[in-house]
Amino acid sequence: MSFVQYLISGLSLGSVYALIALGYTMVYGIAKMLNFAHGDVIMIGAFSTYTICNTMGLPPVAGVVAAVVICTLLGVCIEKVAYKPLRKASSPLAVLITAIGVSYLLQNVALLIFGTNTKAFSSVVSMNAIKLADEQITVTGETIVTIISCIIIMAGLMFFIKKTRAGQAMLAVSEDKGAAQLMGINVNGTIALTFAIGSALAAIAGVLLCSAYPSLDPYTGSMPGIKAFVAAVFGGIGSIPGAFIGGILLGIIEIFAKAYISSQMADAIVFAILIVILLIKPTGLFGKNIQEKV
Amino acid sequence: MNTFLMNIKSNKTLKSKIITLGLVVGVYIIMQVLLSAGAVSSLIKGLLVPLCTYAILAVSLNLTVGILGELSLGHAGFMCIGAFSSAFFSKCMQDAIPVAGIRFTAAILIGALCAGLFGLLIGIPVLRLKGDYLAIVTLAFGEIAKNVINMLYIGIDENGMHFSTKSTLELNLSENGRVIIQGAQGITGTPNDSSFTVGIILLLITLLVILNLIHSRDGRAIMAIRDNTIAAESVGINITKYKLMAFSVSAAFAGVAGVLYAHNLSTLSATPKNFGYNMSIMILVFVVLGGIGNIRGSIIASVILTLLPELLRSLNDYRMLIYAIVLIVMMLFNWAPACIQWREKVVYKLKAKKIRTKEAE
Repeated sequence: MSFVQYLISGLSLGSVYALIALGYTMVYGIAKMLNFAHGDVIMIGAFSTYTICNTMGLPPVAGVVAAVVICTLLGVCIEKVAYKPLRKASSPLAVLITAIGVSYLLQNVALLIFGTNTKAFSSVVSMNAIKLADEQITVTGETIVTIISCIIIMAGLMFFIKKTRAGQAMLAVSEDKGAAQLMGINVNGTIALTFAIGSALAAIAGVLLCSAYPSLDPYTGSMPGIKAFVAAVFGGIGSIPGAFIGGILLGIIEIFAKAYISSQMADAIVFAILIVILLIKPTGLFGKNIQEKV
Repeated sequence: MNTFLMNIKSNKTLKSKIITLGLVVGVYIIMQVLLSAGAVSSLIKGLLVPLCTYAILAVSLNLTVGILGELSLGHAGFMCIGAFSSAFFSKCMQDAIPVAGIRFTAAILIGALCAGLFGLLIGIPVLRLKGDYLAIVTLAFGEIAKNVINMLYIGIDENGMHFSTKSTLELNLSENGRVIIQGAQGITGTPNDSSFTVGIILLLITLLVILNLIHSRDGRAIMAIRDNTIAAESVGINITKYKLMAFSVSAAFAGVAGVLYAHNLSTLSATPKNFGYNMSIMILVFVVLGGIGNIRGSIIASVILTLLPELLRSLNDYRMLIYAIVLIVMMLFNWAPACIQWREKVVYKLKAKKIRTKEAE
């Protein structure tokens, strides 16, 4: 029975990773950059909800909405100020290092505002846990909400990209920026929209992550952020179903590694998986193989 | 003598090398004079060895980031390996080799060798990746190295070495055996062999090796790979060989810095603070502020960014914030096309003004 219980907590953690990985994969697919600050946007989202709900005492819905709004604005601002000027830089390292700088900045601003103390985040989910199989298996409300919202968001994103004009524009920009511009697509606007969507997803992921694991400090986001990147690479970066499946698989692997091998080694195992995948199949499970043109 | 001076004047790289090395020697002499005069506070005294460590780290990372053009976020991981392998050696050999000089030299070589070997091992598969992927894999490597060392228990007795991943009791040591690495508690009682003089000598060796590498045929090949991989390959440069060379040399010197670090502390443990991701980022900040590819700049930046927050205590709370802002602003200022254009315009205007004033005279 404990196997099923582990599987369920793996699914729950995996859904959070999947939500974060969706944001990563969209930004990577369209802007062709690794947004290192994505993990810290998660943390900012969680802190926004914490401030609204725990400090100001407003209902959870207000907290979630505030987190989404703040993170969306933050994502767009970061893109405008830090990444856009470097889009045509001669070295690809430039924007990567700047992204690390932004990640560091967000962490330290949060550190100055909220301090180093770990905050107890009260869950935004008010659903009761479900007991199955003679009360041997517990499925918490957070788990159910996380998994369902992850599936809904993924479906919504796929619909958005396949069926709407803005989504089509995103696909075009990810194929070829120059050609897309010639077709009358607003490239800058599309990239900003991508960042907005990615950051909104990060906000939701942050709230759900902290609801399931209720401790919050300025470094909360960085590890899940990096692991979600591993998930995005696992599934094939740039692919939306890939990010979803990669996230779920990674969550399950991590929980199983913690349960059956060693809790200290779980992180090392997750990273070892990343290295192995990149060596065997660098494009991931669902990634496209792009030939380099001379 | 005269021809030597002429040589220096005509040879630009030699001149720049001598300036860099002279700068380090000059600072060393000034510090020694101040130390003997007793004009140095204990705060600064305690910072001398860490300063050398950071400078070596920054110079070696600059080889990867600036000369090879790849981002490594696992530099602290190599430092960690150098630190633990050498501290382990020193602890084991404390009785066997009583002469500190010989033991420490051997420890340095072992630290450098281990870190370099790991650089090679990681480099062979990983250097096929580029940019973002390489950055994230080196980051992953650094975390793995830290995690593995944190759960490692090694003890020694007359039957040889005992390993465990659980606890000291699992080692099954005999009565007169002793535990050397105690998992998360690390290594305690490493002989305190590091000193400012040793640090400066190691920094000078690092500089000599790396500067000579950069200005050699191999170094030019490495820079060709950075500037255009495909073009470099088409003129017959062995990409894998040169990438590995730069990467493992960089790792080996990170290991040397680790040795210096380990032998400066009595307790060595792998925490996120000293060997984690943040340390790698801090070294990267030094490299970026000093100028990517500029070895002298790396040294100066690491000294300034370490001393400044220590001297201005009130700034210490904002230390990391300042690092972050330095990173972003420097990158935008140096690499954004719009910024480069603006800078050129300003320089052009200043020049034009100079010419006009000259003409007026």
